[in-house]
Amino acid sequence: MSAVVTEHDDHHDHGPEKGILRWLFTTNHKDIGTLYLVFALAMFFVGGTMAMIIRAELFQPGMQLVEPQFFNSMTTMHALVMVFGAVMPAFVGFANWMIPMMIGAPDMALPRMNNMSFWLLVAGVLILASTLFMEGGAPASGWTLYPPLVLQTGNALPFAVFSVHLLGISSIMGAINIIATIFNMRAPGMTLMKMPLFVWTWLITAFLLIAVMPVFAGAVTMLLTDGFFDTSFFDAAGGGDPVLYQHIFWFFGHPEVYIMILPTFGVASTIIPVFARKPLFGYSAMVVATVAIAFLSFIVWSHHMFTVGMPKAGELYFMYATMLIAIPTGVKIFNWTATMWKGAMTFETPMLFSIAFVVLFTLGGFTGLMMALSPLDYQYHDTYFIVAHFHYTLVPASIFMIQAGAYYWLPKWTGHMYDERLGRLHFWLSAISVNILFFPQHFLGLAGMPRRIPDYAVQFADWNMISSIGAFIYGGSQLLFLYIVIKTIKQGTGEKVSDEVWEDAKKHGLEWTLPSPVPYHTFTTPPKIIPTEHI
Amino acid sequence: MTDEALEQKNSKLVTKLLLIVIGMFGFGYALVPIYDVFCDITGLNGKVASEAVAETSYEVDESREITVEFITSLNKKTPMIFRSETNKLKVHPGKYYTVNFFAENKTANNMIAQAIPSISPGAAAEFFKKTECFCFTEQTFSAHEGKTMPVRFVVDPELPERYKTITLAYTFFDNTKVVTN
Repeated sequence: MSAVVTEHDDHHDHGPEKGILRWLFTTNHKDIGTLYLVFALAMFFVGGTMAMIIRAELFQPGMQLVEPQFFNSMTTMHALVMVFGAVMPAFVGFANWMIPMMIGAPDMALPRMNNMSFWLLVAGVLILASTLFMEGGAPASGWTLYPPLVLQTGNALPFAVFSVHLLGISSIMGAINIIATIFNMRAPGMTLMKMPLFVWTWLITAFLLIAVMPVFAGAVTMLLTDGFFDTSFFDAAGGGDPVLYQHIFWFFGHPEVYIMILPTFGVASTIIPVFARKPLFGYSAMVVATVAIAFLSFIVWSHHMFTVGMPKAGELYFMYATMLIAIPTGVKIFNWTATMWKGAMTFETPMLFSIAFVVLFTLGGFTGLMMALSPLDYQYHDTYFIVAHFHYTLVPASIFMIQAGAYYWLPKWTGHMYDERLGRLHFWLSAISVNILFFPQHFLGLAGMPRRIPDYAVQFADWNMISSIGAFIYGGSQLLFLYIVIKTIKQGTGEKVSDEVWEDAKKHGLEWTLPSPVPYHTFTTPPKIIPTEHI
Repeated sequence: MTDEALEQKNSKLVTKLLLIVIGMFGFGYALVPIYDVFCDITGLNGKVASEAVAETSYEVDESREITVEFITSLNKKTPMIFRSETNKLKVHPGKYYTVNFFAENKTANNMIAQAIPSISPGAAAEFFKKTECFCFTEQTFSAHEGKTMPVRFVVDPELPERYKTITLAYTFFDNTKVVTN
């Protein structure tokens, strides 16, 4: 990343420091964005390896490869690593890179805190990973860490709790930084309702983060004191109640899943208009829908626990409130489709991923509606149907849009074009295999296969084998993604990319007015915001 | 905007956001008493009163019959024998019944144990009234001691028509370590 002198910042411009210290001490939003993205990619492969172990064990009925306890550790760690190590950091990486460039700011508002939140993330994940080597094994109670089961964890329990604390502090600091940047660093003329939707979704995500991460930190602290200091928050013998944990956890847990999906919506809303060559349809409806989804996420948590024995009034309330979420989400799906409608569409890799996202996320949303119906949920609860549902909303949604964003912005960041042919190959391999992987899990769940089990009855054998084959293809094709990214960073196709990279991208966002590759410092003097009809 | 003004604006905003963070951490803990109060008022979750109610007389509804089931269980590590003299009882609302439970300490040491009741369906809990129960206090057992303990209860005739069966479950927990520490 060489420092190119531009008309924007020709005074006191200096490039990055040399060597490893650059990355340790950097306060530059682009460097920190890169760190987050590289770390997320690494964790994507760590979490992915765990998923491969799970699918390999489930390839056939019976116990083949791993011990049941280790299998349960794998399902737990796969989830924790993917949620806190891969998906969330990847979006924070995008936020660091893109938010200042999208709102015309020179950097994030609190650059030193930015550095600290990244390194706390690394520390948190390392502590979590270290539990794999402890006596009693890594946590094996599922990522929800329900007591009393989680209290049977061996030496790993306090480490898992401290790891959650660090990850929480890290994401809270990241969120505070993002809010401060968006509120205080916008270029003159960049009003809130002119901000690109990616910035809007992140603003709301950041508020969700500071609202719920502390609650989760509190919940795991209660686990810790229940485990070691004889408190009885969740211990029935001392007058506590394990169901209370579920309420506190899901008060955090439901907004948490939106923390992973709202930036996904933001990236989709950024990419689709560019390749449809039309402004985003219904910009203000999109903003309102995002706020509505965020608000609803706080009042639906008990739909994760329909089977704990709630009274009918509670079941009904949570059922209707949950179904309400389909309305703002439907608005979004409609608007993306309307953006594409009669657009002069082209199908570069980022757009392919985005279209697949719209289709497959809708599918995941529909299964969500099925589960929202509390009488039906008694059949789906804790089965592979749930696994299929949330993987449809996370893999072909969050992961697809993270990869779409990488394809979309890498040329801007590096000044090199990625290999379009390989990109499309990666897309088709991923899009087909992800369905081979997760679609059969719907059938397994409906037929009654429970989740988080290393062995299963023989009638589930066929679909499990197909699902595992899909998993191996999907996992393998991500190596292709790694290859494409590394190749693009090194020299790409050799093709010189223009400043706007994508045809007419300048109309869609400030970042495309900057040179490619982006200089180390940008917008040291605020850009002029030209009134546009919406980006 | 000057750097100083921006810095001031930032630190003001950060302070506010940090207050939200601290507030939400507190809210997580506040959910504990909120939950207890909520369950106490509504009787949700099968949480039942941990104190005896005074024996009042109701008009006995001979025309109605409710099945009360009794379940006894032990946590895996509780070294006890625990059972009820009957698994099922047909009762008339408003009439008092007594059912005996038996518990025995299987160890050669003293044991302090606490029984935790739970009623399902949870919403029926407030209509199930106990005037006497071994679950109201901790029970002390000397080595290998066995005890027969009565539970005296009445089903409130106000119990809504839709409830035909009420299940009363007890789990005994060995609290010796916690209490003696």
